[in-house]
Amino acid sequence: MSGALLDVRGLRTVFHFLEGAYPAVDGISFTMRSGEVLGLVGESGSGKSVAGLSLIGLIDPPGEVVEGEVLFKGRNLRTIGESALRQVRGKEIAMIFQDSLAALNPVLTVSEQMVEAIREHADVPLPAARERVIAALRQVGISSPETRIDQYPHEFSGGMRQRVAIATALLNKPDLIIADEPTTALDVTIQGQILAEMQTLARETGTALIWITHDLGVVSELADRVAVMYAGRIVEIGGIDDVLDRPCHPYTQGLLDSIPAENAPGSRLRQIDGTAPSLAARPVGCAFRLRCQRAGPLCAEREPDVTEGPSGQSWRCHHPIPQGDRP
Amino acid sequence: MAVLLAVSLVVFLAVFAVGDPVELLINPEATQHEREMMVRALGLDRPVWMQYLTFLGNAMQGDLGISFVHGEPALQIIIERMPATFELVFFALLIASLVGIPLGLYVGLNSDASLSRAIMTGSILGYSIPNFWKGMMLILLLSVWLHWLPTSGRGETVDILGIPVSFLTWDGVRHLVMPVLNLAIPNTALMIRLTASGAAEARTQDYVKFARAKGVRPQRIVRRHILRNILIPVITVLGIEFGALIAFSTITETVFAWPGMGKLLITSIYRLDRPVVVSYVMLITFLFVLINLIVDLIYAALDPRVKLMDRAP
Ligand SMILES: Nc1ncnc2c1ncn2[C@@H]1O[C@H](COP(=O)(O)OP(=O)(O)OP(=O)(O)O)[C@@H](O)[C@H]1O
Ligand code: SF4
Ligand SMILES: [Mg+2]
Repeated sequence: MSGALLDVRGLRTVFHFLEGAYPAVDGISFTMRSGEVLGLVGESGSGKSVAGLSLIGLIDPPGEVVEGEVLFKGRNLRTIGESALRQVRGKEIAMIFQDSLAALNPVLTVSEQMVEAIREHADVPLPAARERVIAALRQVGISSPETRIDQYPHEFSGGMRQRVAIATALLNKPDLIIADEPTTALDVTIQGQILAEMQTLARETGTALIWITHDLGVVSELADRVAVMYAGRIVEIGGIDDVLDRPCHPYTQGLLDSIPAENAPGSRLRQIDGTAPSLAARPVGCAFRLRCQRAGPLCAEREPDVTEGPSGQSWRCHHPIPQGDRP
Repeated sequence: MAVLLAVSLVVFLAVFAVGDPVELLINPEATQHEREMMVRALGLDRPVWMQYLTFLGNAMQGDLGISFVHGEPALQIIIERMPATFELVFFALLIASLVGIPLGLYVGLNSDASLSRAIMTGSILGYSIPNFWKGMMLILLLSVWLHWLPTSGRGETVDILGIPVSFLTWDGVRHLVMPVLNLAIPNTALMIRLTASGAAEARTQDYVKFARAKGVRPQRIVRRHILRNILIPVITVLGIEFGALIAFSTITETVFAWPGMGKLLITSIYRLDRPVVVSYVMLITFLFVLINLIVDLIYAALDPRVKLMDRAP
């Protein structure tokens, strides 16, 4: 697929333990265009963060990316080498961490940590870099950034630190931002605020966005497309309206049923029964089958392959939900 | 201040309990009259509490008593020996830092490398071999067998700002090497372990990963992000070690006949020279308090989360 900003093919990341290697990300593939917002959803432990980190080669032992290609603007990030990859990180692809409260170094000023993101990539004089940092902080709604810039992370509230992390990601006007649940640590109002801001920013700058979250509700407001992850695999991917209105995979349906707005007010949310299997305990066949109401004998035999629907929506399921036939 | 007062009382009583210096100081052939004269002159005839109060009163004015043995002010005798000890401790810790911190950093960042294991094994040895034994082995190796270095004493000194130092003369350096090594080895080991565990912990922190996600070069990550965080415990321990070495360099000073405070302490204890022993402990306590203060200041400068106000005891 030429012209794609990002083309991920069969990416596989395992964690090595004494008993063997377990895949946390098990052959995921997807593409993204410039300026596109992709929601990556799934329960805790489904491999979303590992997937995000794998894209930019930030998996540390015992983890290892073992297979696949990450074609970014035509270059395979897995083979360009560490120093070339370093140039890409923070400049062309920025990442916002799940726990951005811990992502700031407690003993360095905010300005030092943001300025370095600029000056490690380009020969920018310090005053000019500081100006850009101040502008970025103002952009994410931090008041009087001129004075706050020289403070330390602990002098910022949780929400403000989150904004600092977001502002840091914006500094070099990257082509792609991987945002790993950047709002989960925040309260709901700030969450909505930041969400809206990010959306505007992405639209204004043409930055593509991978928005990692366990919350389909957030994705529905923000994303152009959505990928649903379960046990290290993308079980369904497609346009946001297609997937949310006509989910084909039972797991996607289960996630949708647990969004409060989808239910009549006051009714109990329908949670998916059971919990996500741990790395070591994934069943043979379809990983979801022990929790799936549609599971049949075939599901225990072999893993479902990818089926592609008419509108670019695709899923991995032996017995997908037929269109127009809602349970 | 309260610390100093408490320590003074404890030490004073402890020294009192150890023995009667009169027996050691006075010529056994002296007459009873001479004995009493002597005892009165030294102030040893008065009750303990009066002796203590006198001591305290004098101490306030900077007078910690006259040495029974030397007949000079105790404090002065100790302070004369101080530069020798300071020199020893300073160079020992300098070497420990210059060698230990880089090695520890290497180990912490490459914990699986075989060189790291070798360094860690060496540091365990360095830390656990007793000081006096290590000192004697050094003498055996470098002096007795190889004839490279003199076995004992301080060597030639030159004055800088009125303080005699030996590291500026060749003879002085030759004398300095072994005692400094002896003190430096366990402290290097300590620095290695401290830095290594700090670095190993810091490099798994999210802020390091985030710095990598920003595309920061590895050297800068180590220099600014990791080292900056490790330096906080390292400086603290260096401060504590500085005080501890000054106070307890006695074994090394004895083995190498180094004319410092530690050796003076041992001799004074043998001779029951109460004023010197008491002054010594008072001085060391004062030094500890001072060092603690300095460490706190450095700590606050290094760690922005620490505000001195919150830490006041
Ligand atoms: N450093 C690690 N060592 C061992 N296992 C790991 C490590 N990091 C992740 N895993 C495992 O990989 C799997 C996927 O983890 P990941 O963090 O990607 O989940 P996630 O989808 O981001 O979940 P969450 O919503 O909780 O953030 C989990 O089973 C986790 O236990
Ligand atoms: S493959 Fe079978 S078990 Fe897996 S989701 Fe589809 S129906 Fe359920
Ligand atoms: Mg995660």
